[in-house]
Amino acid sequence: MAETMLKVEGLKRYFDVSPPWLNRVLDGSGRRVVHAVDGVSFSIERGETFSLVGESGCGKSTVARLVVGLYDPSGGQITFEGADLSGAAARRKHGDKQSRMQMIFQDPYASLNPRWRVGRIIAEPIRFKKLIQGGDKIKARVGELLSLVGLSPADADKFPHEFSGGQRQRISIARALAGQPEFLVCDEPTSALDVSVQAQILNLMAELQAELGLTYLFISHNLAVVHHVSDKVGVMYLGRLVEWAETRTLFGRPLHPYTRMLLDAIPDLDMSGRSRTPVAGEVPSPINPPSGCSFHPRCPLANERCKREVPQSLTVPGGAVACHAVQEGRLPPWHGGTVAAAE
Amino acid sequence: MAEPVLEVKNLRVEFPTRRGTLVAVDDVSFSIAPGEVLGVVGESGAGKSMTGSAVIGLLTPPGRVAAGEIRLMGRRIDKLPYGEMRKIRGRQIGAIFQDPLTSLNPLYRIGDQLVETILTHLPMTKAEARARAIGLLKEVGIPGAEDRIDHYPHQFSGGMRQRVVIALALCCNPTLIIADEPTTALDVSIQAQIITLLKRLCAEHGCSVMLVTHDMGVIAETADRVAVMYAGRIAEIGPVRDVIKHAHHPYTRGLMGAIPTISEREGRLNQIDGAMPRLNAIPRGCAFNPRCPEVFDRCRVDRPDLMRAGGSLAACWKAEEAVNG
Repeated sequence: MAETMLKVEGLKRYFDVSPPWLNRVLDGSGRRVVHAVDGVSFSIERGETFSLVGESGCGKSTVARLVVGLYDPSGGQITFEGADLSGAAARRKHGDKQSRMQMIFQDPYASLNPRWRVGRIIAEPIRFKKLIQGGDKIKARVGELLSLVGLSPADADKFPHEFSGGQRQRISIARALAGQPEFLVCDEPTSALDVSVQAQILNLMAELQAELGLTYLFISHNLAVVHHVSDKVGVMYLGRLVEWAETRTLFGRPLHPYTRMLLDAIPDLDMSGRSRTPVAGEVPSPINPPSGCSFHPRCPLANERCKREVPQSLTVPGGAVACHAVQEGRLPPWHGGTVAAAE
Repeated sequence: MAEPVLEVKNLRVEFPTRRGTLVAVDDVSFSIAPGEVLGVVGESGAGKSMTGSAVIGLLTPPGRVAAGEIRLMGRRIDKLPYGEMRKIRGRQIGAIFQDPLTSLNPLYRIGDQLVETILTHLPMTKAEARARAIGLLKEVGIPGAEDRIDHYPHQFSGGMRQRVVIALALCCNPTLIIADEPTTALDVSIQAQIITLLKRLCAEHGCSVMLVTHDMGVIAETADRVAVMYAGRIAEIGPVRDVIKHAHHPYTRGLMGAIPTISEREGRLNQIDGAMPRLNAIPRGCAFNPRCPEVFDRCRVDRPDLMRAGGSLAACWKAEEAVNG
């Protein structure tokens, strides 16, 4: 019934971080490659919000940039509304599909041109895509967009520095909406904002989704925010999607040990006195990831097989998980301490 | 009752500018008991970091303490000359800042930085100081401390660097630690480790903490009491449980409602419309009145002081009303 809007299969992006040629010759060292995204697959249905969550360096922002085409994939496929959009040539061919996607960036200070008036910033996608002709009509549309995001049409004549962080993020959203997208990629849209302002922006995004029927790919490191906005959540670790599931399932019955660790690490605002066991260790460098399952050095359930063999994604009810322990049935039951049960 | 470790009375921090004086911290009073963790929470521009900087005497000029007093173990420290203050900083007050990369000197080995701090304040030989430094690194959970002591800051990860900074803050057994957003630059899993560590070490060393952060979650996990700041003033102060569960100030209530949680899923977050006023445009009366859902006439004219409200103190006329009847 539900229509798949975006499908990503085996998506890969490698970055060459080798030292310069001369150093390589002198030191006799080889090329070095970061596997920023290493075989990620997921699909997003029309009208839903899919979130990717993970710690710094897990590749979640790279996935966002790959999806909108700011990077070309090193491998894998991106299918958007049935059109293959992997690679620049394919994107040019399907320009009409490409233009249905827009992106909202994290930093509302860096993503708006400080020398342009707000009206010009928001009108740029309209002019570029020739959606509306004629100065007056464009101006009216800009005013409409500003009202839609909770600003005043008169704000079009101001410069970005006259606005607070939350208002700037509203401007970014208005600019993204100017291109009449159906699909929005939001890369940490609220991480630079204070909590009360974050609540305003999250509410605005929910209203716009209901009103305009938007589909979101939402990138965040904040699990509570992800829980609030998403229909489905994917958890990334070192370039791989280790688990994805519907939000209620993921938070109520997490399977992957890394997901469990992340849930345990959320500070307890309810002050239930829950004891938490912070997992030792840190995210390893993606330049030299551990063998086998990249989470094995920090995993309480790791065994020999986890060190050797990369776990494949295993379909479970309501999601998928890549973990040997789940497959072999070695997984202890989830204590369920943080969240009310899924059922 | 034990004498407070830190007592701040009617503190006012001003920034003279060409367009007039900005008041970053206005009439702030609080005290911290021995071994207590006081959380100071607020959004950007609330004056929470400025309060911390004033206490350790590290306000960036032209910012200055314009009024009020700061006492450490009963001794007044806000008027001390620079040299005297230097002796207190590092010895009696330790500091942990947000970004562990900028609070460590990249050109010195971490061991040298620890030993230098210890030798500056404590009568020890170099060998003793080094042994103490290794002991501290072990205490903060750095594996292979004997070797790692000779490494440079860039050879450590973010979480490990923050551990080194904690060791540095603790190295002279201070009576008070000022931690300004100690976990903000870290990932959630590392944040959990650092909070647990900080809590355990301060309990072991019997040291009080002033924890400045914007993250209510961190406060809920760590602090004994919390002060919620808004536009340079304390809006509400009291035991953590009271403030979080039964907030009396509408700002605190709004703030708590605005935080998404994973225990329940609300259709819509409770939002506080508008933004914190800029320092040059703080409204008359209660600074929160233009955003307050419960505002009434008096709020727009009179500025409320802290008054008793349940187990805590809140700067709100509504709280007074509730008490009087």
